Amino acid sequence: MEILVCVKRVPDTAENEFELNSAGNDLDRDDLVYSVNEWDNYAVEEAIQIVDNVGGNVTVITIGDDESEEVLRREMAMGANNGILLSDDAFEGSDGKGIATILKAEVEKGNYDLILTGAQADEGAGQVGGMLAAMLDYPYASLVNKVVVDGDAVVKVGREIEGGNQEMNEMDLPCVLSIQTGINEPRYVGIRGIRKVAKLEIPVKGAADLGLDASAVGDAGAKVKRVDYFVPDMGDGAEMLDGSTDEIIAQLIERIKSKGGLA
Amino acid sequence: MAEIFAYIPHSAGVAEDIAMEFPDAAKKMDANAAVTAVVTGSGADLDKVVEAMTAVYSSVIKIDNEALAYPNAEVVRKALVNVLPTDAIVLVPNNTFGMDLAPGLSIKMDAAFVADVVDIDGCDGNTLKLVRQELGGAVSTHVTCDAAAGAVITVRGGSFAPMEDAAVGGAVVDKSADAGDLTCKRRFLEVVAAEVGDVDITKSDVLVSVGRGIEEEDNIEVAQELAEAMGAVVSCSRPIVDAKWLEKSRQVGTSGQTVKPKVYMAMGISGSFQHMGGVKGNPYIIAINKNPKAPIFQVADVGVVADILEFMPALTEAISG
Repeated sequence: MEILVCVKRVPDTAENEFELNSAGNDLDRDDLVYSVNEWDNYAVEEAIQIVDNVGGNVTVITIGDDESEEVLRREMAMGANNGILLSDDAFEGSDGKGIATILKAEVEKGNYDLILTGAQADEGAGQVGGMLAAMLDYPYASLVNKVVVDGDAVVKVGREIEGGNQEMNEMDLPCVLSIQTGINEPRYVGIRGIRKVAKLEIPVKGAADLGLDASAVGDAGAKVKRVDYFVPDMGDGAEMLDGSTDEIIAQLIERIKSKGGLA
Repeated sequence: MAEIFAYIPHSAGVAEDIAMEFPDAAKKMDANAAVTAVVTGSGADLDKVVEAMTAVYSSVIKIDNEALAYPNAEVVRKALVNVLPTDAIVLVPNNTFGMDLAPGLSIKMDAAFVADVVDIDGCDGNTLKLVRQELGGAVSTHVTCDAAAGAVITVRGGSFAPMEDAAVGGAVVDKSADAGDLTCKRRFLEVVAAEVGDVDITKSDVLVSVGRGIEEEDNIEVAQELAEAMGAVVSCSRPIVDAKWLEKSRQVGTSGQTVKPKVYMAMGISGSFQHMGGVKGNPYIIAINKNPKAPIFQVADVGVVADILEFMPALTEAISG
């Protein structure tokens, strides 16, 4: 089975406190720590496990600048066989549809049975997988927390739905699945593993290589544009307790008692 | 401004809460906009929802087909593409169904797509001005959306004012005959119900709920000790279940349990909307987090900036005396 996994380099929400820049229209990106999107690790792990069971290859792909190569190498250190970097100034400012359009151009050059994405990334939209599938006329399922490969024609897919329930579907191959966290336990990648794949060649392709009209992607093709970042005024928020730990705890216990949380 | 349609999610003959919130979202796009409800389904349950929606919407489109009895997003998408005008603005709930439906729907309608909108700042001609969040709710963004050729917008539940005392008396338009061929390459099989755990977190008045701030599996015990001292139960946020440190039945959130405690102690939980979506009944929320910018402090009643691994044992000791 040939599997393509779409990954993204994103600011790490666990490692950063996000601040606005002095102009107030973008994040202060100077000291941001980036890593591979958390959901994508689950997608790559799932792909590797499928290939371990039924044979085939895992290819990881991303769209970005030179720095995005590091996330491809990380996923190749996990066990992905190939990496592809799609990079072009013309791709900058793409909206979700632009990203899906770029990916579609590369997908059509391959022969993939299964395309995986993370359920969402830094922008929290969860849009690219569903768009890519619709463009390719492949079936799609989001929030996938179970994949059972059963022959070459169909796959059984569990989706996470409300209340912790699971919706089971049967889908024709090829298809696109967006993978939810928790579907597996992504393997650990150490420095040694990254070193092993440091020399592997990763092809870089631009708009011309993909036969893309530059006006259909990037800022030129985007119907949806981010204007600015801001921190909303959410009203008063919590009453923040300060003082020594003992003082804080005394105040807190009093409040818990008054709300019926302690006898 | 094109006509606005609202896809009404429902189960067992009852529309979900967001059905009452779409009219406010539409009004915030364009005060004069007409908004039409679209209800897909099958049989008596569908009729019940359609009937209820006539109180909320002046026009209600009904699409009745056996293939729509369970909301398979791929099937619903086909029906909507066949029934709706191509330049429509379609509002869809940002739930597990809407996330499945909406991106592909926007492609098939050749419309713009914006996900998980939490506020709307009107429109400028055909350009919608929308507000959404990024980076797990750490920052918000203003977004413009060119809706001249239509738009699909998913709306976060609880973000818009629900209509009260609705008595619109709207008309029903049956478009079942226009749904077209609904065969799909994805077929719904069954819903597997969530496993029942050894502890029912929905029954507890006090929850000590742990998130990423617990850092390691061994530290869960620190939360257990606090819970024991308080006569409470330990629940958690999604990353703890993903890491398999606690069972799924202890997860609070839209993809886990919905809880209604008196006191909710969010320990090292950032407070994503998916997590808070499972906290109902207006409990007293206590947030302890070492990140002073954690979104949880916006929704909590009282907060302490502290490392839970130091704070919880101290609190346990103080309570135990």
